[in-house]
Amino acid sequence: MKEELFVSGRNIPNIDPYLNIWHWQIPLYLFLGGLAAGVLFFAGYFVVRGKEKKMQATVKWAPIIAPIALVLGLGALFWDLKHKLYFWQLYTTIRLESPMGWGAWTLMIITPISFVWVASYMKEIFPWWDWKFKFLDKFEAFVIKYRVYLAWVMMIYSIILGVYTGILLSAFNARPLWNTSILGPLFLVSGFSTGLAATIWISKDEKERKILSRIDLIFIFVELFLIVHLFMGFLAGSETAIEAARLFLGGQFTVSFWVFVVLLGLIFPATLETLELWGYHVPKWLPSALILFGGFMFRFIMVEAGQITRYLY
Amino acid sequence: MRYAMAIDTKKCVGCGDCVVACQTENNVPHGYCRDWIVERVDGTYPSLDLEFRSERCNHCDNSPCVRCCPTGASHIEDGGIVLVEHNKCIGCGACIQSCPYDARYSHPEGYVDKCTFCIHRVKKGQNPACVEVCPTKCLHFGDLDDPNSDVSLAIKDRKWKVLAPEAGTKPQLYFLT
Ligand code: SF4
Ligand code: SF4
Repeated sequence: MKEELFVSGRNIPNIDPYLNIWHWQIPLYLFLGGLAAGVLFFAGYFVVRGKEKKMQATVKWAPIIAPIALVLGLGALFWDLKHKLYFWQLYTTIRLESPMGWGAWTLMIITPISFVWVASYMKEIFPWWDWKFKFLDKFEAFVIKYRVYLAWVMMIYSIILGVYTGILLSAFNARPLWNTSILGPLFLVSGFSTGLAATIWISKDEKERKILSRIDLIFIFVELFLIVHLFMGFLAGSETAIEAARLFLGGQFTVSFWVFVVLLGLIFPATLETLELWGYHVPKWLPSALILFGGFMFRFIMVEAGQITRYLY
Repeated sequence: MRYAMAIDTKKCVGCGDCVVACQTENNVPHGYCRDWIVERVDGTYPSLDLEFRSERCNHCDNSPCVRCCPTGASHIEDGGIVLVEHNKCIGCGACIQSCPYDARYSHPEGYVDKCTFCIHRVKKGQNPACVEVCPTKCLHFGDLDDPNSDVSLAIKDRKWKVLAPEAGTKPQLYFLT
């Protein structure tokens, strides 16, 4: 038998009996960040590949989601801060060792890029659009001229953003569930998949949807592979890692993880997308909605469960 | 200089005086604490092993809480004492997530707070409040670099352990066993 008890003093709000300092705001922030990263990456990708004409929704329409998602995500992060009035302190220091710090700076760069991207398509989307000021017209012409370069920068930053949503968690050595290097690529792939899902939902062009669905299927497949890899890594690891994995293998998160994330969020929509590619009729919004739901649940469960795992007690 | 603390688990009776002394000395908000006591029972009846540990922030040499802080509010003072500067802390909770000992809490006013080794007393040459009041004198504090300090003498001839060494934080609380 081994038993450890607090005999004195400890029942600190949000720390005991288990850590619960991050609630829905952080997973929402991570989800929206991944979604924006996915949308922006593929917009950039098809411009760089010169497929702008073929992929209208991906390049022009879907990116509108990105600045909205990023601003909402930052809003959720701000909401979560306990000492809000000191928010600006994030930007008076550069701390490369802190994932939270470089995440804040990444958002500081990619958010304006996403606004500029969307703005440069405003006249194409809304023919009556008028910038009112001459210098804005000039700036727009400049952006359009060098759009391919902007696309490259956007692709690079969206990869950084996507990886960051996972690294934010994996850098916490103290939480065995998060402390694995797979989380970076896993969150990147999952974020890109949600971005694709949102784009498929928006697109009305049959051909474009088919291309996106094919790419999405690959991403879902890779994601499933990484999830298996994640658990294999835990089970081959230390006692604390094995205990972390047990939360999903018989423990309290088993049903929510395997049903909401893996079955409903990955396998079921992948099956629907495959059927659709084979020509069966599937409600258009359904696979996309499921992937988005699964993506959010994945982050929510990882953040909740990770806070329970620890070294001591 | 390297401030550290040694806790004699054989002498501690778990009275909780250190906890109350800290709460009073540091004006810790009601319902919170910077130090606490763990009672550990190990073994099978009738050969049971009992241990009392007075725990607090370990003022880790390799402190993840300082590394992950995006604003630099969490920092290391002279002598290796880990502190939080209240007016720089945004309350993001990253440091709370990074501490394997759950030694930090979010103060109701928003910033993050924890044990300071009573740096305000130490600067005046006094001991931390918990050390001062301990009725069994099981807490030893001082400079590890000074071979004659209370803490150096305490760990010299005794077996000791640190908590969760596998977390790699190089904690500076030495539990005499
Ligand atoms: S015990 Fe926790 S809060 Fe204290 S220095 Fe170590 S990691 Fe930081
Ligand atoms: S809560 Fe405060 S001290 Fe902790 S990491 Fe965030 S800013 Fe730094």
